[in-house]
Amino acid sequence: MIQPAQTTGPGAAGEGHDWQPQIIAFCCNFCAYAAADLAGSKRMQYPPNVRIVHTPCTGKIEMEHILDAFEKGADGVLVAGCLEGGCHFLEGNLRAKKRIEHVREILDQVGIGANRLRMVNLSAAEAPTFVRRVQEIVQTVRELGPNPIKNIPAQQEQDEL
Amino acid sequence: MIVASPKSIPELKEIIQSHQKVLLVGCGTCVTVCLAGGEREVSIMAYALRMARKLASNPVRIEQITIERQCENEFIKDLTAAVDRNEAVVSFACGAGVQALAERFPNKPVYAGLNTQFLGILEEQAVWTEKCMACGDCLLHKFGGICPVTRCAKRMLNGPCGGSQEDHCEVDPDRPCAWQLIYKRLGAIGQLDRMEDIVPPKDWRNAWHAGARKVVRKEHRT
Ligand code: SF4
Ligand code: SF4
Repeated sequence: MIQPAQTTGPGAAGEGHDWQPQIIAFCCNFCAYAAADLAGSKRMQYPPNVRIVHTPCTGKIEMEHILDAFEKGADGVLVAGCLEGGCHFLEGNLRAKKRIEHVREILDQVGIGANRLRMVNLSAAEAPTFVRRVQEIVQTVRELGPNPIKNIPAQQEQDEL
Repeated sequence: MIVASPKSIPELKEIIQSHQKVLLVGCGTCVTVCLAGGEREVSIMAYALRMARKLASNPVRIEQITIERQCENEFIKDLTAAVDRNEAVVSFACGAGVQALAERFPNKPVYAGLNTQFLGILEEQAVWTEKCMACGDCLLHKFGGICPVTRCAKRMLNGPCGGSQEDHCEVDPDRPCAWQLIYKRLGAIGQLDRMEDIVPPKDWRNAWHAGARKVVRKEHRT
């Protein structure tokens, strides 16, 4: 097992008090995106450092999409789909769940760490739940520190290609 | 088809650790169907290796290509330019495909990205089972089309061994007893009397014990 880079965690380079983790939230059209939209309409406050990617269904999210987000430096990824049993396409969210589990294993083996990726399930009416889940992952990732991929010194980045 | 499974990310990372430019080659046939070495699996492994290497402060540039079949020169030749541009190749084909690439590119390290498992079939979604060991002298006609050489844990040609329980093999309760299957199948096709036949010891000369085998079909040779 590869050890996670030591530059993660409290006190890591680049992590000041004002450090805001970048979170990518893949939201399914029928539940999570609607819940996020509702949270917006109700003017509920949630951390602004979450970028929402609108997807037709969580079952449409390829494992590569998530890995790509991490490779490009996302600190955390949230996949938000319908409640189990409530998927508009019947079992898209159940498939997503298995894929997320697999990507979490990959992230552990790679050294990014599984805890930066999380799947949540909620219905379209649950704006408060959406806000809470976003706050939770922001909190988790804040504790983990920045994605270690971002901490590779610029020199090595140049050497890479 | 040939069934394979992926090597782990740490193992592959170790295998390619001394190379800075690596070509990952997927195969579009058996290993695509068994979800081990097709375009998607290669792409996921590329992400994983790139990130793992970057975190180890030893970045790697990865190029990926998937060809229709890695066991045929006709398709392999499309790789020439990409192989030239890279220091090493990881082949996500069965062991035959890996060796075909190694033969075609004699000056380039070619590594296996998969563990080749067996000749088998898709039993249910994402579950594959072994059906044939390629023994070179097929006896399926005697056993109702169920291979005891492969599927009986004791490879018994005159079974059953007497240890099966509730249709399951005594060696592995998760596996059906091959001889129970043979018995049922012979009954279903009206050949139960074959159970009375004593099958003589198998002629293993055509099997793998004396090294790699070769098939030559004179009528198709030019
Ligand atoms: S008898 Fe030999 S060739 Fe026939 S199925 Fe069994 S292992 Fe394969
Ligand atoms: S239980 Fe059946 S399959 Fe298992 S070793 Fe005995 S005869 Fe073979």
